Amino acid sequence: MTHIAVIDYGMGNLRSVAKALEHVAPEATVEVTGDPERVRAAERVVFPGQGAMPDCMRELDRRHLRQPILEAAQSKPFLGLCIGLQMLFESSEEGPTPGLGVFSGHVRRFPDDRMFSPAGQRLKVPHMGWNEVRQSGKHALWSGIPQDARFYFVHSYYVQEHDSGVGAASTHYAFDFTCAVARENVFAVQFHPEKSALPGLALLGNFVHWKP
Amino acid sequence: MGLAKRIIPCLDVNAGRVVKGINFVGLRDAGDPVEIARRYDEQGADEVTFLDITASSDGRGLIIPIIEAVSAQVFIPLTVGGGVREVADVRRLLNAGADKVSMNTSAILNPNLIAEAAGRFGSQCIVVAIDAKRADTASGWGVFTHGGRNATGLDAVAWAEASARLGAGEILLTSMDRDGTKEGFDLDLTRAVADAVGVPVIASGGVGNLQHLCDGVIKGGADAVLAASIFHYGEYTVRQAKDFMAAQGIEVRL
Repeated sequence: MTHIAVIDYGMGNLRSVAKALEHVAPEATVEVTGDPERVRAAERVVFPGQGAMPDCMRELDRRHLRQPILEAAQSKPFLGLCIGLQMLFESSEEGPTPGLGVFSGHVRRFPDDRMFSPAGQRLKVPHMGWNEVRQSGKHALWSGIPQDARFYFVHSYYVQEHDSGVGAASTHYAFDFTCAVARENVFAVQFHPEKSALPGLALLGNFVHWKP
Repeated sequence: MGLAKRIIPCLDVNAGRVVKGINFVGLRDAGDPVEIARRYDEQGADEVTFLDITASSDGRGLIIPIIEAVSAQVFIPLTVGGGVREVADVRRLLNAGADKVSMNTSAILNPNLIAEAAGRFGSQCIVVAIDAKRADTASGWGVFTHGGRNATGLDAVAWAEASARLGAGEILLTSMDRDGTKEGFDLDLTRAVADAVGVPVIASGGVGNLQHLCDGVIKGGADAVLAASIFHYGEYTVRQAKDFMAAQGIEVRL
């Protein structure tokens, strides 16, 4: 029985993430936890996030979760979601608090002066709703998910990686931005698979069975 | 291709039961929120909104177990509104499984509630619902409460801008002139607000047919359209609405 830890650091609702994992993996033990030892004990780790990245980083440190998260990102199947993707980078325009630096690169805000459609219409921020995800190549977590399947997004910041080899998918909103990164045992996405109906559940199911 | 326009069915919940006639074929329990939300998900709804219209205080907490049950089985975004008075209410709903919480009168009485809730939980989950009606204000539309009976003196466009500035991540805009008429959205109102704010706008109030949904997006500039009765009474499915919109060149999630 796989033991999956959903890391809880007090920022927002993790119920949906846990319920979606339980739905796709009824045989797994899904534990929402903020206990560093429980994160260390888990076989798989899901790292979600909501709200502002600097607040999230502060809460992580307050709960002594930075080290177990870095360990997990080096050693076991690891899935970052939304702010959980952004926190894996080095820094963010959202605040001066540095990120975890698992990936090299920065988190940027959608720039107001570029948020226009080709027809000249203003594009709203947050980028909210269902958008197409263009997979950059094959990956176990994309298994069974059609190219350009729509996932649910809600965010005002996006990641810009320095190492172009880690991009696993992109999405177009005024311009193409990286919406998924992958390296070895780590996979992280900007969208919310737990709110993305069938493609989202497929991705979570793939994660539960992933053997990186 | 890019971001899809959203179709959002709205369910009124009274003391834990969905009210208004739900006309799905083979529905075992016409008042069961979980089953109804699942049907909408299967039809391709992009989100579902629950509006708690419970008047009596003892029935009000009943929305919580509903959201818990729906969020455990339906994996699309859920918005909950009605009776949100303080930050603690927002927290309770988010913890129950809501993805977004919408506030209306309480935000008018205390605009700081928007800032406080957005600061605590992020703008992405804070929706400000505005009930607007033609009035003698700067834009020509005023903000009303109590089903359109009470004027607040606020201008609808100015209040939408203020809400976004305070941290609302989305505006749910209902025309009280059109609500229940089936004559279509107030497109001028929708356009005025959609052009004024940088956050997404959901058009609501007055949908009677599928062309109205298209007009809301194309003429009104809405990012999403909300409807209740055309879906509840089985006149159209969400899938039919999306096919119709796609045929007019609107990008939707099919």
